[in-house]
Amino acid sequence: MAPTIAVLAVQGAFIEHERRLQALGCEAFELRQAADLARPFDGLVLPGGESTVQAKLLRAVGLFDPLRERIAAGLPTLGTCAGLILLAERVEGAGDTQGLSADAAARRATVEGFRTLPVTVSRNAYGRQLGSFRGEGLLASAASEGPDETAARIPLTFIRAPRIEGLGTGTEPLVTLDGRPVAVRHGNQIGAAFHPELDADDTLYRLFLERA
Amino acid sequence: MTTAQGTPVNHTERVALNRQLAQMLKGGVIMDVTTPEQARIAEEAGACAVMALERIPADIRAAGGVSRMSDPAMIKGIQAAVTIPVMAKCRIGHFAEAQILQAIEIDYVDESEVLSPADDTYHIDKTAFAVPFVCGARDLGEALRRIAEGATMIRTKGEPGTGDVVQAVRHMRKMNAEIRRIQNLRDDELFEAAKELRVPLELLREVHETGKLPVVNFAAGGIATPADAALMMQLGAEGVFVGSGIFKSGDPARRAAAIVQAVTNYDDAERLAALSENLGEAMVGINESEIQIIMEERGQ
Repeated sequence: MAPTIAVLAVQGAFIEHERRLQALGCEAFELRQAADLARPFDGLVLPGGESTVQAKLLRAVGLFDPLRERIAAGLPTLGTCAGLILLAERVEGAGDTQGLSADAAARRATVEGFRTLPVTVSRNAYGRQLGSFRGEGLLASAASEGPDETAARIPLTFIRAPRIEGLGTGTEPLVTLDGRPVAVRHGNQIGAAFHPELDADDTLYRLFLERA
Repeated sequence: MTTAQGTPVNHTERVALNRQLAQMLKGGVIMDVTTPEQARIAEEAGACAVMALERIPADIRAAGGVSRMSDPAMIKGIQAAVTIPVMAKCRIGHFAEAQILQAIEIDYVDESEVLSPADDTYHIDKTAFAVPFVCGARDLGEALRRIAEGATMIRTKGEPGTGDVVQAVRHMRKMNAEIRRIQNLRDDELFEAAKELRVPLELLREVHETGKLPVVNFAAGGIATPADAALMMQLGAEGVFVGSGIFKSGDPARRAAAIVQAVTNYDDAERLAALSENLGEAMVGINESEIQIIMEERGQ
């Protein structure tokens, strides 16, 4: 039976994920408030957008605690860009805090996310919009079979992206770019710094749906 | 143009990346701010981006005179204060102001009718820039002309600085009515429609096939309450700009947070009712028939 996937829809590029999931044969529906959790689902997608906004809205609409519990209990979850930041155990701020009070500087560096994925990410680490870029990643599982394996190469789109700075215990790289992890897995959680919903490649969705 | 990765980005890819940044802003609220402190309040309240400018539209309207791009030092102060994208305005046709904003790595340039137009014939050739542009439009023709010039995001013009939502509603309804009309044309009628609208045929074909603009479309101008934001979202906006409506009101932080939530749950009337309670005084507003300067007519 086709899995039902809930897509967090408080802000950001959630419709893009819904279309891709539907094209892959899934049922997809939107989570906008706590009442939406009444519908059963087999997996969760946390889309791109602004992580500061999403973290605030998750609490304001009462989705934060129930989702955190389910993710920690093993709900298959795919977080992309802002979604990765929401999952990350440690989030580092973005550069310059000049001209800010110590209090404001500390607050700007933190996004109060779920902290369920043992990984350290640095927000906006590739720079502002002029630093957004496209690249070609290598599927980590295929890296040992030789880097020329074309099936192992996947297109990557980074929009004001976070950078994965370090992996905690039990977290494995899934996709690398220039030798650095850009997508990781820990248990049933997958976090990606890029946007699989914006490219034609289905690899990351398939890895996610294997668990859902 | 190269990136932090050292990977060259060609023009087609840059256009795609710039349209995609706008996609990430969807379902969000972009707020006008004039100081780093206001920018912090906006970010804390849940703004998905801020528009850095020296004077908000209501004050530009009150002050009169020529209104220009903001001081880059002031914009940099705001860039340093927040982690969300920072936008800034340049005058219509003033490509040198846009070059300056690109040099300080602004995330989005708004080629805006709120400032005094620098050119009464030509808009900026936005295809010559790596930085993305958002432009105002009152109807489908204006929107597609701006997109042809390289805009990667569109907003309604509304009538900024009035607190009166009537023009934003008119522009959103008109744009969407025209899109529906184009969708229903026969293929062989598109040539004449492109001529009437004064737009490139390829862009009109895209609208005909997809039933939407090729880029993200936000509402802007006169949005002052959670109900205004919900109205624009129900009319088909993909997000909203709030200018004078927040920092001209009695309790900016609270009103800003309420508008952010109203955009997420725009069709949940019970929640909207709760969000609209005790927000303090809204901006006073000026009726459209009372204003002297019609900004929406700038740059067509």
